[in-house]
Amino acid sequence: MSGQNAEGRALHAVPEVATEKLTIAQAVRDAMLEEMDGNDRVIVLGEDVGVDGGVFRATEGLIERYGPERVIDTPVAESAIVGMSVGLAATGFRPIAEIQFMGFVYPAINQLFGHAARMRNRTRGRLSCPMVVRMPYGGGIHPPEHHSESYEALFLNTPGFKVVVPSNPYDAKGLLVSAIRDDDPVLFMEPKRIYRAFRDAVPAESYTVPLGKADIAREGTDVTLIAWGAMVRVCLDASEVLARNEISAEVVDLRTLNPLDRETMIESVVKTGRAVVVHEAVRTGGFGAEIAAQISEHALLQLEAPIQRVTGFDVVFPLAQNEKHYLPSRQRVVKAVEKVLAF
Amino acid sequence: MPRTKVYEAVTERLEILDTEGRVDAALMPEIDPSRTRDLYRDMVLMRTFDTKALKLQRQGRMGTWPPIKGQEAIQAGVALAMGDNDWLIPAFREHGIMVLRGVPLHLVFAYWAGDERGSSYPEEVRCFPVAVPVGSQWQHGTGVGLSLKLRDEDAVAVTFGGDGSTSEGDFHEAVNCAGVFGTKTVFVIQNNQWAISVPLHRQTAAETLAQKAHAYGIPGIQVDGNDVFAVYAAATEAIERTRRGEGPSLIEAVTYRLGDHTTADDASRYRSEEELEEWEGRDPILRLRRYLVEQGLWDDDQETVLLEEAASWVDGQVKALEEMEPQAPEEIFTSMYAALPPHVVEQMQSLLEEVRS
Repeated sequence: MSGQNAEGRALHAVPEVATEKLTIAQAVRDAMLEEMDGNDRVIVLGEDVGVDGGVFRATEGLIERYGPERVIDTPVAESAIVGMSVGLAATGFRPIAEIQFMGFVYPAINQLFGHAARMRNRTRGRLSCPMVVRMPYGGGIHPPEHHSESYEALFLNTPGFKVVVPSNPYDAKGLLVSAIRDDDPVLFMEPKRIYRAFRDAVPAESYTVPLGKADIAREGTDVTLIAWGAMVRVCLDASEVLARNEISAEVVDLRTLNPLDRETMIESVVKTGRAVVVHEAVRTGGFGAEIAAQISEHALLQLEAPIQRVTGFDVVFPLAQNEKHYLPSRQRVVKAVEKVLAF
Repeated sequence: MPRTKVYEAVTERLEILDTEGRVDAALMPEIDPSRTRDLYRDMVLMRTFDTKALKLQRQGRMGTWPPIKGQEAIQAGVALAMGDNDWLIPAFREHGIMVLRGVPLHLVFAYWAGDERGSSYPEEVRCFPVAVPVGSQWQHGTGVGLSLKLRDEDAVAVTFGGDGSTSEGDFHEAVNCAGVFGTKTVFVIQNNQWAISVPLHRQTAAETLAQKAHAYGIPGIQVDGNDVFAVYAAATEAIERTRRGEGPSLIEAVTYRLGDHTTADDASRYRSEEELEEWEGRDPILRLRRYLVEQGLWDDDQETVLLEEAASWVDGQVKALEEMEPQAPEEIFTSMYAALPPHVVEQMQSLLEEVRS
C-alpha cells in the first residue's frame, strides 16, 4: 500500500491545500485534510480511497500525506468497512468510512443499524462509535443502476445516527469538520450531482458549521421551499423563475436532517403561510412526509394552503435515459408553488 | 501451458487430554499445577452460574438465557491464554470467558434479565458487549485488531462466534480483511455443532471450519474444544503469534452444546437422546477432574469446598442483581446520543409526564 508505482513516481502530486474557490468535492477533501492534520486518530477507509484518491477524488492526495496506515484501501466489502470502523471507533479512533455510492450501502446496513447506531445506548455510554460514514448520493449523473439512490429516510428511521446533507462547498467543509468531531456516528450524504457543479469561496482556515442548524438560503415572503442537498439548487433556481412573476420564495436548506432544526423551518412557514417540501427520494415514507407532519403539528393554523411535496416517484430509480423524468425539476417546484398560491 | 499445483494445505487437529483424563505428555503445555486447579475452578464456576441462570429463568427472575453448558473448556482455556490488556469481542454464548475477563457476573445476569446497564462494564474491562446479530461481531474483532496494530499497542483482539456464524458473509469479510491488513486478531469458533436446529453439515460442505483459514491466507487449527489443555495450547500459540506482529489466526474448537440454544428452545425436537448422551460422556469438566485426581491434585473434600464456594459466590451475584435499583424511565433516552437532540428531549419529557401522572 504505497503511494508510489513501480518506478517510484508519485501517482498523485500532493495538491495545494485549501484554495479560495472550492467545489464540494474539494471542500470535503479539505475538511478531512484539516481534521487529519489536527488529530492522528482520524483515519480514512474505504474502496479506492487511497492510491486512486476516491472515485470522485474526494480523498485525493490524502494517502501521500498520511500514508497507507491512515488512508486505508479496503477490500470490496461494505459491511467490513463499517464493521471495522465500529471496532476502530469503539477503541479510540475516529474513522471516516467511505461507501462509494449510497446505492451500495445495503451490505453494511447490519453493521450501521445493528451496531454503529446502538453501541452508545447498548453500553449506556461505556463504548461509542464516533465515526463518519460518507456516501455520495442522489441522481443526475447518468450512471449505471444502483448509483443514484437517496436513502436518507432509512437512516432517519433508525435512532442513533445524525444525518447531514450539505448543499454547497462552504457548508460541506464546515459540516464535515463538525461531523468528524462529533461523538456519535454521522451519516454524511454528499450530493454527487453537484460535486463539481460550482465553486464557492471557502475559508482556508478551519471552521465549523454546527450540526442541527438550518440555513435560510434565500429570503422570501410568499412561500417556504424546504430542501436539502442537491435539491437546494433546484429550489434556488425555481425561486429565480418565481421572482420574475413577483412571487417571493424563501428557501430553507435544512443541512442536517437529524437533528432537525424545526424552529427555523416552522418560523419560516409561519411567516409565509405556505410550504413546499422538495426531495429526491421516493415519496412514500420519505422525509418530506415527516416534515409535513411536523408543520401540521406546529403551524397548521398559520397555513394558507395544504403542504405540497415535490419528490421522486415511488419507483425504482430509472437508468440514465429516463432519470430526467424522475428527478424533481425547477418546473415541478414552480408548479407546486403556483398550486399552493392558488389554493 | 502446464497444469500445476498452486496451493496445497493441511489442517491439523490438536488433542491432548482424553476423556479418561490422560494427557499426551509430548503435547502437554507447561501449566503450573495451581493454574490447572484454577482452570478447573473456573469451569466449575461457569457450570454453577449457568445452571443457576436456568433456574432463575424458570422462576421468572431472568429473561432468555443461552446456556454455555459443555463449552466451558474453550472459554477457560482461551481466557488463561489471554493477557491483561487484550480485548475480548464476544458473540452471545461467551458469558464464561466474559466473567473470567472481569465482567461482573451480576451485570451478565442483568443484561439477560433485560437491563441495558448489564452491558456497561467497568472502565478497565476490555470487553465488547454481547453481539446478537449472528456473525456481526467478527467484523469488530478485525476492527479492534486493526486499531491495536495501528497504535502499535501490546494487546490482541480475541473474538468469538459459533459454527452457524461462519455461514454469514460477515465472517468471510472479517477474516479476509484481517488477513489483508495483518490485524492483531484471533478468531475463536465455538463449533458446538448446532445452530439452533441446523447441524453443521447444513452450514458448510467443508470437512472442518478451521480449513477456511487457508482461503484467507492465515493459519487455522482445529482443537478438541472439550480438552482444556488443547484449547489453551492452541490459543497461546495463536495469541503469542499475533502479539509478535505475525498476523491473525483462527481456531476451531469442536464442542457440543449440552443445553438448548436458549431457554426459548427445546433441542429434543431436532436431535437425539443418544447423541446428547454420547457428548455428556465427553464433558470437559469431568475430564479435567479425572486428570486432576489422577495427578493427586484434587480430592473429594476439595470438590465439596469448591462447589459450596461457587454456589455461594453465585448467590452473592444474584443478590447484587436483585439489589440493582430499577432503571429510571428516562434511561431509554439518555444514552442515545452524547448530547440529546431537542426532539428526543421532547419525547423524553412526554414519557416522564406520562409516568408521573
